[in-house]
Amino acid sequence: MMEWLAMGGHGVYVWSAYALSAAALVGVGVWPWLALRRARRRIAAALAPNQPVASGDGKRPEPGQGGVA
Amino acid sequence: MGIATEWFRRTFHRMGSPRWFFAGSRGWMLGLYLVGGALIAIGSAWGLGFAPTDRLQGNSYRILYVHVPAAHLAEAVYVAIAIAGAVHLVWRMKMADLAIAAGAPVGMTLTAAALATGYIWGIPTWGTGWVWDARTTSMLVLLFLYFGLIALRQAVPRAERAALAVSVLAIVGVVNIPIIKYSVDWFTTLHQPASIRIGERPSIDPSMLWPLAVNALGYYLFLVGVVIAALRAKIIEREAKADWVRTWVQGR
Repeated sequence: MMEWLAMGGHGVYVWSAYALSAAALVGVGVWPWLALRRARRRIAAALAPNQPVASGDGKRPEPGQGGVA
Repeated sequence: MGIATEWFRRTFHRMGSPRWFFAGSRGWMLGLYLVGGALIAIGSAWGLGFAPTDRLQGNSYRILYVHVPAAHLAEAVYVAIAIAGAVHLVWRMKMADLAIAAGAPVGMTLTAAALATGYIWGIPTWGTGWVWDARTTSMLVLLFLYFGLIALRQAVPRAERAALAVSVLAIVGVVNIPIIKYSVDWFTTLHQPASIRIGERPSIDPSMLWPLAVNALGYYLFLVGVVIAALRAKIIEREAKADWVRTWVQGR
């Protein structure tokens, strides 16, 4: 196991290259989902102008007509 | 008109409809994420744990399995973006412009990954991470082109003007792709030449080639899924005022 991780002295190069690639793929894969959610919330907020927009004070707006999710 | 031509014409026409694309793409996107992700996991485990050690490069060659697919996809995404640029200029298709906006950050990330893994690979293999040879320099130009596509859109205030400028840049920049591809043949580079060429026996053993094939296919599928997902987000951003988008938002 340790021998495999060491990669004959090249372990630091091999593993850092794979870790970096994994991070790039996960990052690029998650980004569109976050962008879609952000856009959806912005539109939802704009559609309910009379509702208080979630302001980070921990309180969720009352469930009602077209509330901000 | 033949059936195939008719099918193509109709599909092309529908693809131009953001609403139609958004409604029909979710299943494809999820499937591509899943299958692509699984293939990348299999190919990487194969490449790290089961492919034989290289006689000359030892274990550092295993970086190939993440470096080559990233570099290949970085170029493929650019070609797709250039085609979208041409489609946008000729037919003024809004979806083509959205595709450029969706693809550019994906391509930029892949180019950065290819450059970074290449740098890491270079340290034990070349004795240096970076050299200004034709392959590495043209790849760096690709990174700047992607950055340019993103920056140019933000620099031009009017959206339609920005879209036209971005399409022109996308088309002009495609000249860099053959330069990247043939740089290792035209110039003396520290970068090794391609081990796989169309119409020739690959100069790489099948036991080393299989994990690469699996990872390359995985990268292709996964990243097409990512571009579709990004395109869906761009559609909702740009069509925010459309009735169907409002209905979709309220239905969630």
